[in-house]
Amino acid sequence: MDVRLSPEQVALRDSAAQAVDRLGAHAVGELGDPERAAKLDAAVAASGWRELRTPADGGAPWASGVEVALVAEELGRGLADTPFLGPTLAAELRRLAGAPPAGDPETVALAPDLTEVATGTAEGAVAVDTQGATAALLLVATPAGGHAVARVLLPPGAARVDLTRPAAALSPATALNPLPDAARSLSENDLARWTALGLAMTAAELVGTMRGAVTLACDYAMQRRQYGQAIGSFQAVQHLLADAFVATEGSRSATLHAAWAVDALPPAEALAAAAVAKAYCSRSARTVCETAIQVHGGIGNTWECLAHVYLRRALLATDVLGGAGPNLARVLDHHDIGSDIGGTRGLR
Amino acid sequence: MDFGDSPDEAAFRRRLREWLRDHNPGLPASSTSDDYWAGQASWHQALYDAGFFGLSWPRHIGGHALPSVYDVIVDEELAAAGAPPRPSLGYLVQGILAHGNEDVCARFLPGIVNGRDRWCQGFSEPDAGSDLASLRTRADRDGDDYVITGHKVWTSYSDVADWCLLLARTDPDVPKHKGLSAFRISMRQPGIQQRPLKMINGITSEFGEVLFDGARVPASDMIGAPGEGWRLAMTVVSHEREPGELGYVARYKKLVKELTGMVRDHPERYGPEQVRDLGWALVEAEMLRLHVCRRLSDRLDGITHGPEGSVDKLLMTQVEQAVGHAALSVGGAAHGDGDDTWLKVYLYSRAQSVMGGTSQIQRNLVAGRILGLPT
Repeated sequence: MDVRLSPEQVALRDSAAQAVDRLGAHAVGELGDPERAAKLDAAVAASGWRELRTPADGGAPWASGVEVALVAEELGRGLADTPFLGPTLAAELRRLAGAPPAGDPETVALAPDLTEVATGTAEGAVAVDTQGATAALLLVATPAGGHAVARVLLPPGAARVDLTRPAAALSPATALNPLPDAARSLSENDLARWTALGLAMTAAELVGTMRGAVTLACDYAMQRRQYGQAIGSFQAVQHLLADAFVATEGSRSATLHAAWAVDALPPAEALAAAAVAKAYCSRSARTVCETAIQVHGGIGNTWECLAHVYLRRALLATDVLGGAGPNLARVLDHHDIGSDIGGTRGLR
Repeated sequence: MDFGDSPDEAAFRRRLREWLRDHNPGLPASSTSDDYWAGQASWHQALYDAGFFGLSWPRHIGGHALPSVYDVIVDEELAAAGAPPRPSLGYLVQGILAHGNEDVCARFLPGIVNGRDRWCQGFSEPDAGSDLASLRTRADRDGDDYVITGHKVWTSYSDVADWCLLLARTDPDVPKHKGLSAFRISMRQPGIQQRPLKMINGITSEFGEVLFDGARVPASDMIGAPGEGWRLAMTVVSHEREPGELGYVARYKKLVKELTGMVRDHPERYGPEQVRDLGWALVEAEMLRLHVCRRLSDRLDGITHGPEGSVDKLLMTQVEQAVGHAALSVGGAAHGDGDDTWLKVYLYSRAQSVMGGTSQIQRNLVAGRILGLPT
């Protein structure tokens, strides 16, 4: 066991960090700057990060869940308003189905409550992270009990809760087309692994948003003065920020393991590891982002403060493939405390 | 980045698993029963004699000079077997290794590591808890000895200890942090009186207070230089805050496993609130295991005695208290019929946010030394 990052992983993390530090939005006003956003989008496109889960020789992905999580964390920290989650999850569905990589930008469609991939019908389905995408992938059940990948064309998306990433509700009349050139349908194991990747990615993104929110709040606490001193010198404020930092560190430890498990453990174990991380990060991220708003006081409750942009991004990342409740249920299910027990139904 | 076992680690894990099949003493978790403390010494010696204790410590004190990550394997296998956790002594060993001279390390450490010498830690006093540096126990030079006068309290294992790691004031004329020195003093002498303290869960054999009235310690048993006591104490407590040193992951996993088995065997007895509490206990205990993997891997770059121990302590406290709440809820601690094991687990968990430095002190340290907030 050695869970330190390799030099290559450190380099990848650093280049993702540099991209958002240079081209990300550092103020709410910069979110609406199309020139900056286009530069960030071009940098991410050129980096190849959206293709990390496309197949290399032999069908395995170019990079493991760890690399994907490192990029997701930095993009979350930097509030990157450019697609990564959607195209990565779509690429993984294509890879598992033995289909060639997408020609045009693609994302995935999720069930109405976002807790799982949309299956069978477009009704109520929501495509997430749709910026620039022309199509979304979802699943249809096959007669043999598998899951075939289908493709729908997308209407334009709009920013909803998350100001950095648009989403689009699919119309019930949307035609589901079988994915061209798919070699196979997905098994339950494939679906578990795909879900594990999505949970690890969103957990990593939550770690990133927590880091960003803690940094924002600490900077403010050192600069804002009341009673003649920086508010960061008051224990009441210090303890809020210390708790936020500690929650972020615990989240990071669980998430590193989930990211590693995506490819290294059997599918059921990978899913359980991912559920542990996502449950922990979901609970932590909401509290941490709320803390960032609280430390900013009145300013924190205005649109112009970035704290709510972190919270909003965290709320979407939490809901994608489920937050604390659905993932506690997954953890319990892994310990044979299944949904037939009254208790876990109440968690969903 | 790899959470999996190397071939050597896998072989070690297999060997430990096989050994545990025949050598699990079946003691209760440490927090629930005086029986644990009665059997702890022989458990320690059995682990050591079989080559499963002190793995990351140097060979000359009885360790195996293995990477720290082997301790995670031990914790995982002890928990899986339902065996007691490994004795929590890493902080003593790290403190003495970091500050003791060659002679002191050679004389003191092998007995701690092999479990033949039992130690307690005489730091806190009735008027010096969080403000440890204000402690008043005196060590006055008398020929080749120091003479000790004072009162220590909240002293774990004082009832069975052969030796005490004592922090005492050797120089009252310098600022309070600078006048302290550390000693190893024998508990078996006339000038020392030891009294047990009953904890809120009824345990009487873990906690005590110690009165020193003219007790003697040779000057050669000072650990570190005169005036180095505060720095040694900070090294000790920084490791006392680390779940990796304490082996507590095994304790939490063992308790959660038992609670999980109860719900699995009798699902009809449990409702949503109880199952939710169990779910969080599972998540928290697993998070701590993974956090320890991360911290012990970082030690491959060299050991540090820094403020990150406070982060670990706060995470560990959150885990212990989540497990305590699951014990209260799933274990039905408040309405148990005779067997109050889970009540004891719950009540014991309240101590975690105090012992080794309160959660409030840890937050001060995180805010000041990691986040860089002004004081």
